[in-house]
Amino acid sequence: MTVTGPKIDWLAISPLVALVVGACVVLLAGLMRASFVRQTLVPLLTLVTLGVALGLVIGTWGDSTSVISGAMAMDDLTRFLTLLFLVGAAASVLLAWRGIAPREAGHGEFYALLLCVVLGMAVLAGATNLVTIFIGYELLSIPLYVLCATEMRRARSLESGLKYLIIGSVGSATLLYGLAFVYGATGSTDFARIAAGTEVMAEDVLLLTGLALVVAGLAFKASVAPFHQWTPDVYEGAPTAVTAFMAVATKAAAFGVIVRFFDVAVIDASATWAPALAALAVVTIVVGNVGAIGQSSLKRLLAYSSVAQAGYMLAGVVVSTQLGVRALVFYLAVYLVMNLAAFAVIVARERETDVGDDISSLYGLGAARPLLAWPMTIAMLGLSGLPATAGFFGKIYLIDAAVDNGYAWLGVAIVLGSAISLAYYLRVIAAVWMRAPGERPVAAAAAVAAGPPRPAIAGGSAEAGADPAAVVAGARRGGGGGGAGGAGDGGGAGDDGGEPERRFAQPEVVGLALLCAAATVALGIYPSPLLDLARDAGASLTGLF
Amino acid sequence: MTIHLSILLFFPLVLGAFGGLAPRGFAPSTLLVGSLVSLIYAVLLLLEFDTGAAGLQFVTSDAWIDDLGVRYSLGVDGLNLWLVALTALLFAVAALWITLRPPDRPKLYVFHLGVAETGVLGALLAQDLLLFVLFFDLMLVPFYFLIGQWGGGDRVGATFKLVVYTLVGSLLMLAAAVATGVTAGAGAEGGLSFDIAALAEAPVESSTQQWIFVAFALAFLIKMGAFPLHGWMPDGYRAMPLPVLAVFSGVLSKVAAYGFLRVVLPVFPDAAQEFETVMLILAVLSILYGSAQAFTQTNVRLILGYSSMAQLGFIMLGIFALGQAAGAQGALLQMVNHGLVVAPLCFIVALLHERTGSDDLREMGGAALRAPVLSALFLVVALATLAIPGSANFAGEFLILLGVFNAKLAIAIIASTGVALASVYMLRAFIRAMHNRLRGGTGSYDLSVRDGLVLVPLVVLIVAFGVYPQQALEHSQATVERVVAAPAAVAREASP
Repeated sequence: MTVTGPKIDWLAISPLVALVVGACVVLLAGLMRASFVRQTLVPLLTLVTLGVALGLVIGTWGDSTSVISGAMAMDDLTRFLTLLFLVGAAASVLLAWRGIAPREAGHGEFYALLLCVVLGMAVLAGATNLVTIFIGYELLSIPLYVLCATEMRRARSLESGLKYLIIGSVGSATLLYGLAFVYGATGSTDFARIAAGTEVMAEDVLLLTGLALVVAGLAFKASVAPFHQWTPDVYEGAPTAVTAFMAVATKAAAFGVIVRFFDVAVIDASATWAPALAALAVVTIVVGNVGAIGQSSLKRLLAYSSVAQAGYMLAGVVVSTQLGVRALVFYLAVYLVMNLAAFAVIVARERETDVGDDISSLYGLGAARPLLAWPMTIAMLGLSGLPATAGFFGKIYLIDAAVDNGYAWLGVAIVLGSAISLAYYLRVIAAVWMRAPGERPVAAAAAVAAGPPRPAIAGGSAEAGADPAAVVAGARRGGGGGGAGGAGDGGGAGDDGGEPERRFAQPEVVGLALLCAAATVALGIYPSPLLDLARDAGASLTGLF
Repeated sequence: MTIHLSILLFFPLVLGAFGGLAPRGFAPSTLLVGSLVSLIYAVLLLLEFDTGAAGLQFVTSDAWIDDLGVRYSLGVDGLNLWLVALTALLFAVAALWITLRPPDRPKLYVFHLGVAETGVLGALLAQDLLLFVLFFDLMLVPFYFLIGQWGGGDRVGATFKLVVYTLVGSLLMLAAAVATGVTAGAGAEGGLSFDIAALAEAPVESSTQQWIFVAFALAFLIKMGAFPLHGWMPDGYRAMPLPVLAVFSGVLSKVAAYGFLRVVLPVFPDAAQEFETVMLILAVLSILYGSAQAFTQTNVRLILGYSSMAQLGFIMLGIFALGQAAGAQGALLQMVNHGLVVAPLCFIVALLHERTGSDDLREMGGAALRAPVLSALFLVVALATLAIPGSANFAGEFLILLGVFNAKLAIAIIASTGVALASVYMLRAFIRAMHNRLRGGTGSYDLSVRDGLVLVPLVVLIVAFGVYPQQALEHSQATVERVVAAPAAVAREASP
């Protein structure tokens, strides 16, 4: 008697397999003693893994298959989102290359965990089964909790990892509870069968309760208000390379599963959940934009900004049309590029100055370091949706999706949110071009004084502009550094005479920033290729109008 | 020869980029070359324009982003022809100014001016609604940098206020534009259609028109600095470097006024008809408020700013005298005139600042003592600004008032007082700056040849226009009649 096993579509799941194999190889390679292997070969192997996965994704583009007995769908939407995760991870590897985090975490472990997160995101993006959602969610979250805490000698990093763990676990439990209710109401964990069940019983209390809990659980991951409270603290505390990855890829993964779950599985209950999500979207837009206005820490500013952007993206889900899905994935892609440019500049400046990610690290950048100034400027202009950047078309596409389906007020909300967001994006640009290095930050001076303690790597020097003369002299890297430095706080790298700015060769970071900025402008002039990819991704949700 | 509008449009940007990369000393000259080429192109455009035809000429229309229904389409007709020429002229003047008096960090300055010129020209030439909105938003961005980095006083705060205030309106306009595209493109493939000419043929339904009109009107009114949305203006005018102020005041506000004529009146005629009285009242308030402020202010930049507010009030008056071709014609003429007088006025403010060390009228006086040429040129410009009979401004204001008299008599009577008020503030400024006793710190010396290079051609143009304003009017005749026809038709339907 022969037992026929399930048919395994190896080609379709090859990117996932590549990631698993890569993670194992990287982990093992990191055990080698030679520092060349640990510090150079391991990141290289990670990049190779990501590259192989990328190649496999592109190679299998166009096929739409259901794999693992219907638990996952490898269609163009999954592939588009996987592309975003892979690009985000590659950028994160580049940003972490010379950083502290991999050194402290044991190189192999850091990069292997990163690859596991990507794997979890890919699983989550393709999930067509409730159990797969949970597996992907956990596979993505747990390594990420650890990654946040990898700068182990910095209290804020450990704090951020712990916070993320606790709050993320609550979110995860909520999600599981909700998924259980949905299963109880519809009798199945498979999306297709859930959709059939929802058609019949769209108003069922058990189902709606389950949906509410699922929204809460997924909203945690996507940083949608009022479940966004963890975002600023965790983003600020985590190592910046990890923050960059979280900001772009986690959001993409969360929105991927949101769009699949709501626009495929429970689409027939849309009369109930669509207005609720729309209201959440507006609240998120307001909370995110208002929260970012007073921030003096760039990572917190970008955290709140990402909350607001999540609000804009939620509009693409609410409308439940193919146009909405296309607008959502297009915006995720342009959001990725713009955010990576900004984070790359932050990483570069963190290593060159003593003020960490405070906005004063950008002062004088326009004159001194145009290669970093322009990417930051373009990123900020793009995130606020100004023309000649990809963000402009991203916003237009979202507004188009909203207006096209009777949600014109949501379009207006997006626009008003963008207007409010100018307040902080323009402030960052002003810091880059219109402030001299060493100037005490104007509005945020009080916030700096009362704000969180400086990270330990900043050498313990107190305020950013504590002694403007010392900082200016140091920044100019010219004469009088010793005398002026000695007069001030005298903290930081003593052998440099109190100079807060170091030259740090990091071509991969600067190169990433320039590349992402160029991509932002290029997509702002000619977005059609990306629009075509988004069209393919949207078309794979065949049930949508 | 065939004129390609794309060259005219992108040449300043390309040369601005070159200027940004060129050696320091050559950056302003690179921009000068670029803007002179654009100017020559614009003049060629004027000469080759076919005056009798009503439609678009020199059209460029290419598919750009099909998924969003956006086409790259440019065209010239009676509405934007002279504005394009004015833009090219004013930017050339600014380029000449900074070549003769280079600012610090000239490379970046030149780059931003290049982007600004392309943005303005794009907004004027665009025949696709989304392209228009794109350039309208884009043209403001370089000014954020220009004011914030090279301005005076509280430049960062002022530029922030200016840009945010303006962009709030512009972003609302973006949402309205997308809504228009969606509603109008309901039948089209891709679901969106933004072609302005097509939109004008098949206007959106009445009830949707209302909020869309309000959004567009807000954006344009803020940009024009109309009362009561002018809060950005005093700080902005105080902080701006003067070459930047010349192009900002001369051209950017005209794009907003042009936007009314190009987009709002043809595409939303019902809403324009409904809001006609409101807009006329706002226009009159701008005239009265602007004039009143102008003759009480002592800062010459603010006098300039409030006088611009009053002049733009007149322009708005002409635009919203619906159904009256004379009003719109006068408005178009006044747009060009105002641009022509504002640039020399800004330059004269710079010269006065050099001689007295301040922008305050109370510290000026007697500058004409040893500067007869400067005094004469200033007088010509001042008289032109107050619309003395014999200047093109007079012709423009006359046409506007003629249009408004036929449309709404009461408003016209009130607006006429604005003409008298203009004399008050302009002559006051002139007398207090140039005549009376020579003050202690004031140097009085005449115009140097270098400065004359910038000032004299502009004044010559003002006089030439004054002699023959018809040249501007005859180009726009056919188009204006078509533009005012749509709201007029609505008005006729409404009134039994």
